[in-house]
Amino acid sequence: MNQFTGKVWVLGDDIDTDIIIPTDYLALPTVEDMKQYGFSPLRPDLASRIQEGDIIVAGKNFGCGSSREQAPEIIKALKVGCVIAKSYARIFFRNSINNGLLLIENSEIQDVVKEGDMLTVNPGEYLELNGKKYSISTLPDNLMDIINAGGLVKAMQKRNGVI
Amino acid sequence: MGYTLIEKIIKKNAGLEDIAPGQIVTVNVDRVMIHDIFIPFVADKFQEMGFKKLWDPDKVVLIYDHLVPTSAVEDVRHFQIGDAFVEKYGLTHVHRRDGICHQLMTEAGYAKPGDIVFGTDSHTTTYGCVGCFSSGIGYTEMASILGTGEMWVRVPETIKIVINGKLPANVTSKDIILRIIGDLRADGATYKALEITGSTVDEMSVASRMTISNMAVEAGAKCCLFRPDEKTCRYSEVSLEETAWLYGDDDADYERIINYKAEGFVPVCACPSQVDNIHPVSDVEGTRIDQVFIGSCTNGRLEDLAVAARILEGKKVACKCIITPASRKIYIEAIEAGYMDILAKAGCIITQPGCGLCCGRAGGILTDGEKVVATNNRNFLGRMGTSKVGIYLASPATAATSALTATISVPK
Repeated sequence: MNQFTGKVWVLGDDIDTDIIIPTDYLALPTVEDMKQYGFSPLRPDLASRIQEGDIIVAGKNFGCGSSREQAPEIIKALKVGCVIAKSYARIFFRNSINNGLLLIENSEIQDVVKEGDMLTVNPGEYLELNGKKYSISTLPDNLMDIINAGGLVKAMQKRNGVI
Repeated sequence: MGYTLIEKIIKKNAGLEDIAPGQIVTVNVDRVMIHDIFIPFVADKFQEMGFKKLWDPDKVVLIYDHLVPTSAVEDVRHFQIGDAFVEKYGLTHVHRRDGICHQLMTEAGYAKPGDIVFGTDSHTTTYGCVGCFSSGIGYTEMASILGTGEMWVRVPETIKIVINGKLPANVTSKDIILRIIGDLRADGATYKALEITGSTVDEMSVASRMTISNMAVEAGAKCCLFRPDEKTCRYSEVSLEETAWLYGDDDADYERIINYKAEGFVPVCACPSQVDNIHPVSDVEGTRIDQVFIGSCTNGRLEDLAVAARILEGKKVACKCIITPASRKIYIEAIEAGYMDILAKAGCIITQPGCGLCCGRAGGILTDGEKVVATNNRNFLGRMGTSKVGIYLASPATAATSALTATISVPK
């Protein structure tokens, strides 16, 4: 994955899956139909203001709550470049990997970044903000295998000889 | 060096000689659960992945509960897709109107002690109440299990929680798990296993343990395990010998051991709008409320309805008080025990078993400024109506007592 730069949206701790996509909208036919309601309980205008390549910076326990996979799918559908949080909830983390949404764990950037800042991400290496670099780690091999295959669906398609 | 309970289950399942936290292990899945909200997505992904058949139709359970009965026309689509999937792939374990998935999985014997079970719902941790390793996953991973029967897991660290002594009369297992979540915080057990032991737990019914394992995910836990005992074996219809290996060794490598004295617990609630915002009920006593909800997979069991009936017998509720048994079996047992008669005469609204109210999809929706005392497991923004509804999570005893005056009240 190549380096990219995006505008930052700042969210707090414990951003739960009911905030990312309320249960009410889960029965809509597609994620494209749902995405306009992303983050609506907390920031009703956010989904309409996010632009391709923007970056969400949040605190600890991002994605806590339900197993709804629409949560990472909606963030992906909003074309967010990546999420940077202090930590992630377990199921959300797995779902994001399986859908090819890049998650970065970092605990320093939250204290210095402001909404609207431009942040550069060098996946697996560092974040860069206002000329200063912040190191980030890589994911375990088995997870990178899924991401490199293009997500779990593609990994299974390869296994089944569909692609 | 011994092993924790979760380490023993994964080690046996994968046929490993040794095991340690952090290790990535591929396990053979004993059972999976899919519910109505996610079946269309699971079906899509399964076909997209190129699978032609299920790895084992007998190991797949499909449960309709979140949308039962339907409250919007588009809900029907989920049942149509689910039914077509059942037909095409030969599922036999299908529940279309029997109750909430997490109640049915142990009640109907799908999740047994020592099993490894995954479900498309975060509260799949519930089955740890019988010593089953169960955890929630997304629909893409579910689709891959349906085709392969396998799943990778990271062996979790274990936090052991020991509770000894006798609980005060007005304290239930709900107060215990809320306090634990308040102490651990909402992310305090993320990626980790909880193992709960002690004389207080030994005294508890399986139903009470279920409340604890159900809510463990609110502290981020991957699973929450109880050692099976005679009560478990009776409930799960297995022998004590079969479950004799299911305990954590004293010399196992626990990440932390937390000790509680049962006598130190008081009735507590999770105040709006985080599950770890725990306060003694006495701190918010007198707060006006608009609704009470007693039910869900957290607290919709017979003993919960018995508590409500005992408190409301011969009295009238002062606000809407909605009762949702967790399953049809419980519903019938509550009728036979006379609880439903008492609750109906007290003015309660009794609903079908299901998830609608807890997930804010149907029944009991609230609006800005309204407050509810609820026995379910989440008080997130917008969970039971608009994002300006105040949800106080509490025990059935606190909820029923509060319904009498339409103010938050400490149970006697």
